[in-house]
Amino acid sequence: MSDAADSAAGAQSVEAAAGEPVETTKASAPPSSFLEVRDLHVHFPTQDGWVKSVDGLSFRLEKGKTLGIVGESGSGKSVTSLGIMGLHTVGQYGRQRPHLSGEIWLDGRELLGAEPDEVRKLRGREMSMIFQDPLSALHPYFTIGNQIVEAYRVHHSVTKKQARRRAVELLDRVGIPQPDKRVDSYPHEFSGGMRQRAMIAMSLVNNPELLIADEPTTALDVTVQAQILDLIRDLQKEFGSAVVIITHDLGVVAELSDDILVMYGGRCVEYGTAEKVFYEPQHPYTWGLLGSMPRIDRERTERLVPVKGSPPSLINVPSGCAFNPRCPYADVPKGGVTRTERPELRDLGGGHYSACHMSQEDRTRIWDEEIAPKL
Amino acid sequence: MLTYLIRRLFAVAVMLVVIVLAVFCIFFLIPKWTGTDPALMFVGKQADKEAIEGVREKLGLADPVLLQLLEFFKGIFVGRDYTGGGDTIHCSAPCFGYSFRNEQEIWPVLTDRLPVTLTLALGAAVVWLIIGLAIGVLSALKRGSLWDRAAMTVALGGVSLPVYFTGLISLALFAYQLGWVNNAFTPFEENAAQWFSGMVLPWITLAFLFGAMYARLSRATMLEVMGEDYIRTARAKGLKEPVVIGKHAMRSTMTPVLTLLGIDLGALMGGAILTETTFSVPGLGQAVLKAINERDLPLILGVTLITATAVVLANLIVDLLYGVIDPRVRLA
Repeated sequence: MSDAADSAAGAQSVEAAAGEPVETTKASAPPSSFLEVRDLHVHFPTQDGWVKSVDGLSFRLEKGKTLGIVGESGSGKSVTSLGIMGLHTVGQYGRQRPHLSGEIWLDGRELLGAEPDEVRKLRGREMSMIFQDPLSALHPYFTIGNQIVEAYRVHHSVTKKQARRRAVELLDRVGIPQPDKRVDSYPHEFSGGMRQRAMIAMSLVNNPELLIADEPTTALDVTVQAQILDLIRDLQKEFGSAVVIITHDLGVVAELSDDILVMYGGRCVEYGTAEKVFYEPQHPYTWGLLGSMPRIDRERTERLVPVKGSPPSLINVPSGCAFNPRCPYADVPKGGVTRTERPELRDLGGGHYSACHMSQEDRTRIWDEEIAPKL
Repeated sequence: MLTYLIRRLFAVAVMLVVIVLAVFCIFFLIPKWTGTDPALMFVGKQADKEAIEGVREKLGLADPVLLQLLEFFKGIFVGRDYTGGGDTIHCSAPCFGYSFRNEQEIWPVLTDRLPVTLTLALGAAVVWLIIGLAIGVLSALKRGSLWDRAAMTVALGGVSLPVYFTGLISLALFAYQLGWVNNAFTPFEENAAQWFSGMVLPWITLAFLFGAMYARLSRATMLEVMGEDYIRTARAKGLKEPVVIGKHAMRSTMTPVLTLLGIDLGALMGGAILTETTFSVPGLGQAVLKAINERDLPLILGVTLITATAVVLANLIVDLLYGVIDPRVRLA
């Protein structure tokens, strides 16, 4: 009884949250892009209601390109990536099962409406993932080689010996010394950077066309971070895969990305090429992120500028602009827009989008006069 | 791995010596300090004065404590003679004491009874592991479902209901009313089929109690493990869900289950007193109960030693299995 009521409420909130009628349906045409996410919603049931972790997200990505998804904790970055991999619903039954809607197209196939087993066959082979903390993401009881061999043999009918050779080859490729010996080591016998290399080797073992890296360097030393980022970049060139890199670290994004998507409160607030987003950002939240980034060329006595306040509740998302309560420019006149109206992503030209009620003139002026000089 | 093994074996040897010392203290020294006559306790209440004197002499209770201890150890390894009151009783190695009340050596009693208790405990362990793990894992995977709630309610019953309740009920129902199984114990050597029929109810009754605990433990562990990052990784590889659960999750779930199993099996070696009494299974539990009633101190001492040794050995086996299951333990 309460189950049915819950899911009904969930379904309603999905429609209501979309704000406008969902124009694309399951029958819509496959896109030309390699990866295209259309109006993705991921809602989790909790005791207090549905948590709208991702609430209407769209983006596309071509092969050989890198998309950086940036945002603070809880903005829905990881949820998005797990959603693409189809990992939210595996093993979830009954009332814990999250609610996903929208479309995810990978190489001409729609994944959200597909059979779970079809998506499973794609996992690890066509799309694979590097996780944040390699120590907890690798099984402590199995050797590195064993885990890579397993990943290979799920999708290839080869002997253990062949798979092992492949594992050694990849460990060598990701820069692990003496790979034929280290293949038999356990994760706890590796250093943090080595573990992440092994994790990368495991995710690349099937030559995936889409690689999702969820905060791949967060758990690592700064010196190792650069090595891992270099490795990801080199491997992308070599394998020609599309890469989605998820991070809260703008430095990482700057290093790797062609496009940047800034998320806030489960929605995209700014989307564009890396150059546009870094040099002509058009959203106060992006300004905040840039302002809170430490820079070596800045006076040390100057304090970093944090984004004041805390992220919005994803259960009761503020009506209107989710960033409004924390926006330093909330009082700038917006030409008759009410506070409860939600800003839609607007095309600013050149593939640059921003979801802000302020006029483009105001934003450009504020950026040029107030923000940019301080960075 | 080898150094780990050697270190563990050494620890076990030390532990066993400590156990013998402790047991010796409890049975020989504490009565002395509290003013109870050990000789009186060893012969039983109704013995006459000469018998008590004889036992006192035979046990060497007047000797220094260290000498008594040495005699005790010597008995275990080479056997000993109890001389006094005009006669000599020989107790061959390994001598774990001599029951003056029943006029028999303790060791044969123990070796007679231990196999029965062993088969009871091991048989029950097989049943409770299979059922307990299956129920626990299924409940964890379908957390909050009707199945989960029903299974956990039954498990709560299993934990709370005493063996002499479930045992008697099952005995009345399955042995007497329905006649599906035997109501009495038959030695294995006599008739294997009859033995099995007689052991089914004790096994199931004991397994019901322990299986409930294992179901709850494995459910809790499984829930925790399924939330681990490496389970997500296993799924991200494209592994089928049965492999994710059966291989990746079960491997981690087994660790705490094994720990508990070691302790439980060890403790059961001292006799499942309630189960053995309820079903008249002539194991160590029944022997020790009889010994307590008769104040047959040497037998109690022997069973205590066996139990303690069993717990230590069971834990050694568990520790070694840890090394096999969890590679991180081998370094520790």
